[in-house]
Amino acid sequence: MARRMPPVDVVLVGFGWTASIIAQELTDAGVQVLALERGAWRDTVPDFATDHIQDELRYAVRKQIFEAPERETMTFRNNAGQTALPMRHLGSFLPAAGVGGAGVHWNGQCWRFLPQDFQIRTHTEQRYGKGFVPADMNLQDWGVTYDDLEPHYDRFEYLCGVSGQAGNVNGQLVAGGNPFEGARKRGYPLPPLERSASTVLFDKAARDVGFRPFPCPAANASRPYRNPLGVQMGQCTYCGYCEWFGCGNYSKASPQTTILPVLLQKDNFRFKTHCAVTRVNTDPTGKRATGVTYVDVDGNEIEQPAQMVVLCAFAHHNVHLLLVSKIGQPYDPVSNTGVVGRNYAYQITSSVDVFQKERLNPFMGAGALGQAIDEFNGDNFDHGPHGFVGGGYIALWQTGGRPILQHYLPKDAPTWGAGWKKAMRENYLTACSIATHGSVMSYRSSYLDLDPTWRDVYGNPLLRLTFDFQPNELKMSGFLTDKAAQIGRAIPGATIHEKKRQGPYSIVPYQTTHNTGGAVMGDDPKTSVVNRYLQSWDVPNLWVMGASVFPQNAGYNPTGTVGALTFWSAAAMKRYLKNPGPLVTA
Amino acid sequence: MNAWARVVGTGCLLGLLALCAACSHERNPAAPSAIKLGERMSPGPWGEISRGRYLVRAGDCEACHTAPGGQPFAGDRAIPTPFGTIYSSNITPDPETGIGRWTDEDFYRAMHEGIDREGEHLYPAFPYPWYTRLSRDDVLAIKAYLDTRAPVRQDHRRNALPWPLDQRGLMALWNGMYFDAGSFQPDPKRPAQWNRGAYLVQGLGHCGACHSDKNFAGATDMDDPFTGGHAENAYAPSLAGSVRDGLGSWTGQDIVQYLGTGRNGRTAAAGPMAEVIEQSTQYLSKPDLEAIAVYLKSLPAPKDTSVASVDKDTLDRGAALYLDNCQGCHLKQGQGEIGAFPPLRQSSAVQAASADTLIGVILEGASIPRTTAEPTGLAMQGFADHLSDAQIADLTTYIRNAWGNRAEAVDPGHVRDLRETLRESPGG
Amino acid sequence: MVDHDAARRDFLRLVGVALPAGMVLCACGGNGTSAHGGTSNAYFAPEEMDFIKAATARLIPTDALGPGADKAGVPTFLDLQLAGPYGRAERWYMQGPWPRGISGQGYQLRYTPAQLYRQAIAGIDRHCRAQYQHPFAMLTADRQDDVLHALQDGKVDLGDVPSQTFFNLLWQNTQEGFLADPAYGGNRDFAGWKLIGFPGPRYNYVREIGEYGKPYQQPYVSLIGRAPDAALAHAPEAS
Repeated sequence: MARRMPPVDVVLVGFGWTASIIAQELTDAGVQVLALERGAWRDTVPDFATDHIQDELRYAVRKQIFEAPERETMTFRNNAGQTALPMRHLGSFLPAAGVGGAGVHWNGQCWRFLPQDFQIRTHTEQRYGKGFVPADMNLQDWGVTYDDLEPHYDRFEYLCGVSGQAGNVNGQLVAGGNPFEGARKRGYPLPPLERSASTVLFDKAARDVGFRPFPCPAANASRPYRNPLGVQMGQCTYCGYCEWFGCGNYSKASPQTTILPVLLQKDNFRFKTHCAVTRVNTDPTGKRATGVTYVDVDGNEIEQPAQMVVLCAFAHHNVHLLLVSKIGQPYDPVSNTGVVGRNYAYQITSSVDVFQKERLNPFMGAGALGQAIDEFNGDNFDHGPHGFVGGGYIALWQTGGRPILQHYLPKDAPTWGAGWKKAMRENYLTACSIATHGSVMSYRSSYLDLDPTWRDVYGNPLLRLTFDFQPNELKMSGFLTDKAAQIGRAIPGATIHEKKRQGPYSIVPYQTTHNTGGAVMGDDPKTSVVNRYLQSWDVPNLWVMGASVFPQNAGYNPTGTVGALTFWSAAAMKRYLKNPGPLVTA
Repeated sequence: MNAWARVVGTGCLLGLLALCAACSHERNPAAPSAIKLGERMSPGPWGEISRGRYLVRAGDCEACHTAPGGQPFAGDRAIPTPFGTIYSSNITPDPETGIGRWTDEDFYRAMHEGIDREGEHLYPAFPYPWYTRLSRDDVLAIKAYLDTRAPVRQDHRRNALPWPLDQRGLMALWNGMYFDAGSFQPDPKRPAQWNRGAYLVQGLGHCGACHSDKNFAGATDMDDPFTGGHAENAYAPSLAGSVRDGLGSWTGQDIVQYLGTGRNGRTAAAGPMAEVIEQSTQYLSKPDLEAIAVYLKSLPAPKDTSVASVDKDTLDRGAALYLDNCQGCHLKQGQGEIGAFPPLRQSSAVQAASADTLIGVILEGASIPRTTAEPTGLAMQGFADHLSDAQIADLTTYIRNAWGNRAEAVDPGHVRDLRETLRESPGG
Repeated sequence: MVDHDAARRDFLRLVGVALPAGMVLCACGGNGTSAHGGTSNAYFAPEEMDFIKAATARLIPTDALGPGADKAGVPTFLDLQLAGPYGRAERWYMQGPWPRGISGQGYQLRYTPAQLYRQAIAGIDRHCRAQYQHPFAMLTADRQDDVLHALQDGKVDLGDVPSQTFFNLLWQNTQEGFLADPAYGGNRDFAGWKLIGFPGPRYNYVREIGEYGKPYQQPYVSLIGRAPDAALAHAPEAS
């Protein structure tokens, strides 16, 4: 029998980016908030301190900063004809456990999506006709527009101290910025990061080819920065340990470096660590959440009543909780009905490695230090002749030169032995890599449900992922990779190694942690789990945050949009709290 | 005060706290957001309580009278002294274990003469040699506030002092030699602001308890106060006017910003001072901080002492350690980073007569105080696990003599002793 | 004994280096014998260590470009890693059933890395004895290369361990030992980092990042200082 705790106003499942924002906003509104985090408490000092954080083996290779699949993992298969098997250790994507969530170990690549991304179905059909979208593609509009989100993007960028160059302020194009971006009300809070030798090479080559490169928006502070909450960040030192590490220098935006110093001082906020939420509880009608049940560090099952529940865990875990709590109708891929688990999506990446003679000192870098072109993202180009939906950016990121995982060798280099050694010596300081980062659409055949065989340590069935790259995405990614190769070839004296992404999707090599969908937002309860404010259609006092609400994925890193949607939703929650009930009637 | 008044008082205080919390969001980055409670209050019993609360903060009573993780003002905090460990007393209004039965007169005598209700002498770890200067009004306002606190039952723990120091009667002798009870006497030749500053620094602020040299008996050298002194395993640097290791190069605004926020362009608080700012000085009103600054800036500069030069090998070893361990944040010239990481160059704390605070920070790390104006609490890790005593001595000597800094070299044996002391200290 | 040895031992524990009592890393020079003359491996049996030394010395040979895996302490690194949480697969999901999957579904063997090494090394030596009358370590370098290629191509029967799976793990772990921070016992004297020009965990390149094409000048450094081997040699004495 679960022990019952005193009720709270709002309980948050997880304590990463979205929970920190919601907690900060709702506590400001006078509400009492409790966050339950399955992982440990972590802070810059001592956990990410510079005396030990620059340890590639411990964090990036042994993956000590991520969630451990030991307790709860997922099973995976490419299609419904296969038996899904457990992901026994992490590979393709790297969710977090612990306070700050993946906001601790991200790179800080902080983009806005394009205005058309939010109305992709309407936009695509208008421009290319109804027949252009493949029949098995569950393409849908988001229910919010870029204009709805613009002020919230702005808040997130100023919270994080994003370094960048605006390309479009109030409709006026600004030289040096991204000419394709949606109009913003003002520029970034900080100027762009310094450029590395490699990004200078890319910039010149891209211009020579005829593209318009710009500095990538970086939640790595290019200057000391004080955010609107009064929290101080340090200037990025280009140490090269952003992604898969915590920042020891208070330079990479994370909940710890932007919100928690203020949030943790508040009397109406509390959090508990090592508390794994295993269920969202509902009343007998199933229309109202009564709180959550969690397992604490000693294995006790505890019930936490609350007036409102917000799912702030990683995308997979939000969907898993909905499924095991039997909230909302699970998705059925055969009939294409039901919503929970529907529209899982991902991103498709590829690269073009560049070998040339100039010394690049790759170990000097920052997680979001890069130059990019956006000519082939979203619908910034005419898709008509190409016959695919979606796109992506092409960038040269200089995130660091960690020796074990961040080195590039020519295609013909021996994989081991004296030849490998020679190739390592000849290329480590001079090679670089151009990345493509492409969208993945949603399909009937890409979904999340519960596994019939394997269970987590709490006795719940594991989440089952059924996913593969579809011809649309492979075609799009191949197109992007060819464009990237065109830039690579324009670098003086360069030979290139074009590494196109091939199907089928494998869960083994790291690709990206931009997993989306499964609890998507929208205007129609038949095709979405939450309404445009991220409020559950079925249980109005339940809200779902994070990339699990993306109806399909766009060509950019998702955190900027996750942050904006969270601020957007928090504003709606404040209205809800004054007058509880569904904010949208279906 | 009767129970009714206590309930009402507490209720009003909570209201005030809420008010302050609301105020704190209207942040003016240019000025420290001090809470001017003492000034806003109208006369009457309510005004006295809130003034008492302000004064309790100004005196930093809670710091010593609260154990780590314990109830506020219930005492039982271990205070390390060179003579042994003294445990602070319970000053909540609990009748059995606190000061619930104390009369105003009892309380005034304790503050003014260092003698408790039972007539026993208190140890001067309780800074009555400073509090004696307080006006009777202020002392009674402090009591009025303490009386509004919830009573907490917390027995006084026996002090860990060797014989004969455990004999409280001995303190009569001590008082005879080193203590004169007496109220603050304003200097009519000085402006009111200076006198207010002197009253706060010499009285409730008891700054000299740490920032002055102590003799073998632990008594402050009142002839030459505020020229720096050892305190709680750290060294409180000189507040006098010397440029190298005092406040000579600080402006009044530097002092106001430091006490109000925990940092300024020259340094950030570390060691025991960080706690003083978090719990006490950040709550002082701007006029009071300005008064303190005026008073401190009036302190004369003693003649700078000569410093023996340091050999090149030591500096080379220290420079290498600085590059490997410190330069990432404090930068190549020790200039630090504006708003983020404190400078080491031209820092009076770094060049202080004793390097104990600096060594302590290197060993155990530190964090900049979290204040309303500066909520971040930027922190530095300790290097006790990374660096040997000899390395820390070299590093400290280097930092104290690089970029134009000048101070005595540090001996590895001293680092070893301090490492041992910090490891064993009750607070650590 | 001086204070900082205990402190350094704490740090090594922090970074996950499991040090068996009595083991003297520096003095052993990678040959696995302690000052007492006995074997002092944390995990490997002596004949397993013979294989590891021989195999890693072929994977990253010592040559004109500098020390190879053996001289860089990679065998010691592997031994310590397999004795620790990684060797025990402490963070992995290790619940059955254990059906075979397709390669895109990832590792599906019930062996921890430590168990996998044990299983595979025994199988490889069995294979070598059957084919060449000697264990792997006793073969000529060319023959060892042939065996490694066969393993890599999945052509050696190791029972229920696909030889390719083992080879990939061995090669991955060998690179780790050559290129990870020397605090972990490999990359001795910065052999791996000196080969490629990685300066170690330097922390601030604000000035240098804009100096395009210019070599970075500061000395190599590890998480435990500029002389990590000396620190490692001290550590076990204190245990």
